[in-house]
Amino acid sequence: MSFLSITRATLEKDIRLEWRSKDAINSMLYFALLVVVIFSHSFDPTAEESRRIAGGLVWVAFLFAAVVALNQTWARELRNQVLDAYRVSPAPATPLFLAKALGNFLFVIILEALMTPLFIIFYNLRAVGPALQLFPIAVFGTWALVVNGTFFAAISLRTRNREIMLPLLLFPFSIPAMMGMVNATTAVLTGEYSARVWIAMLLAYDVVFTVAGLYLFESILDAE
Amino acid sequence: MKRGITILAVVTSIMLCLALYFALAQPDWPLGTPTERTMGYVQRIFYYHVPSAWTAFLLFFINLGASIVYLARRSPKADIVALVSAEVGVVFCTVVLVTGPIWARPVWGIWWDADDIRLQSTLIMWLIYISYLILRRVSTSSLTAVVAAVVAILGALLVPFVFFSIWFYRTQHPSPVIAHGGSLDPHMAFVLLFNWAAFLCLAGLVCWTRYRLEIAKRQVEEAQALESLMETSP
Repeated sequence: MSFLSITRATLEKDIRLEWRSKDAINSMLYFALLVVVIFSHSFDPTAEESRRIAGGLVWVAFLFAAVVALNQTWARELRNQVLDAYRVSPAPATPLFLAKALGNFLFVIILEALMTPLFIIFYNLRAVGPALQLFPIAVFGTWALVVNGTFFAAISLRTRNREIMLPLLLFPFSIPAMMGMVNATTAVLTGEYSARVWIAMLLAYDVVFTVAGLYLFESILDAE
Repeated sequence: MKRGITILAVVTSIMLCLALYFALAQPDWPLGTPTERTMGYVQRIFYYHVPSAWTAFLLFFINLGASIVYLARRSPKADIVALVSAEVGVVFCTVVLVTGPIWARPVWGIWWDADDIRLQSTLIMWLIYISYLILRRVSTSSLTAVVAAVVAILGALLVPFVFFSIWFYRTQHPSPVIAHGGSLDPHMAFVLLFNWAAFLCLAGLVCWTRYRLEIAKRQVEEAQALESLMETSP
């Protein structure tokens, strides 16, 4: 079986499982809504201020929701020794990583698509700068969170405090990516400066950590 | 080996005492250090802050090297060097992060500048290595060393992005100008380097002792595992 066919098979399996049970999506969605509501109570800015801070609020909320999703997708592999079965099979580990990352990416993007209108409503947001740039920001930024998150979630599987280990590893690594996402989003919302360099930095970050993750995943998957 | 450690311990103690004297001695004392003109006496934290930073970064660099060697060769000694340098590096980095704000408050008027490259990169390296150490402690995998080495390498890959993101943020959001540098009085430079040498000796002493401790600990664990295997088999 080729790399792409294994990736596709694993991705289809994950999407099918999620579609039938919908447990990750439902809990993530509700969690995201709660986060938006709590933020809107904690930070109650004027319209001018809200454009400045909305970028940060939105991406912090997405980061927390992504962590919930990431914890769930790998935990699914441990039930019924699915992960062990995969390791015993002759399939290489790298397509598994890519498929997991793509699946997580899909879930988090769906989540963002559903949460963004809520944020716009709660904070009365309107983009002063080029709103179309928000799409590459969302795509590159989400991939930055998800590719590292999937990798560290796999590492966290074999630890005593599985759920807390993922954020402990992911948050420091996400700091430059968060700076990129937040500043790019703020640039688009306020229209005060250009988001282009930040988008380019996010892309570079994505490339570097995707390649590193693909290359190193085999080593950590076998860390039984 | 034992004699080497004893000699190093003696040398370290002497150097640390001398370094303390040089760092704190008033200019009118014998071999005293001049007090800085604008900052005054508080500037002397510099003799602890800067050498700690250099030592911490050196140790983190050693950790990166040991991690790469471990992934390439799977040598247990490389793994122990990685663990030891991370632990001692985190301690020195903590010193940097504590002495920095103590120095900054009287001199710059602020405890922390969120947009300073060196502050942020030091903070992020500290965070990554604390996560590294926690991972080592709570990992239940038998190949913890491999996983830890991978995390260390990913951490090294992160550093350029940290520098770039903060540098670029500064160009878009000019911050209060904080003057660094200027030239250093040669006597101050001597005290700085002497302190660094003393800290390097201290780091070497602690690392060496911790290395021997870790080797002994692993030998004990292996012996215990072997013993329990012997007991359970009929």
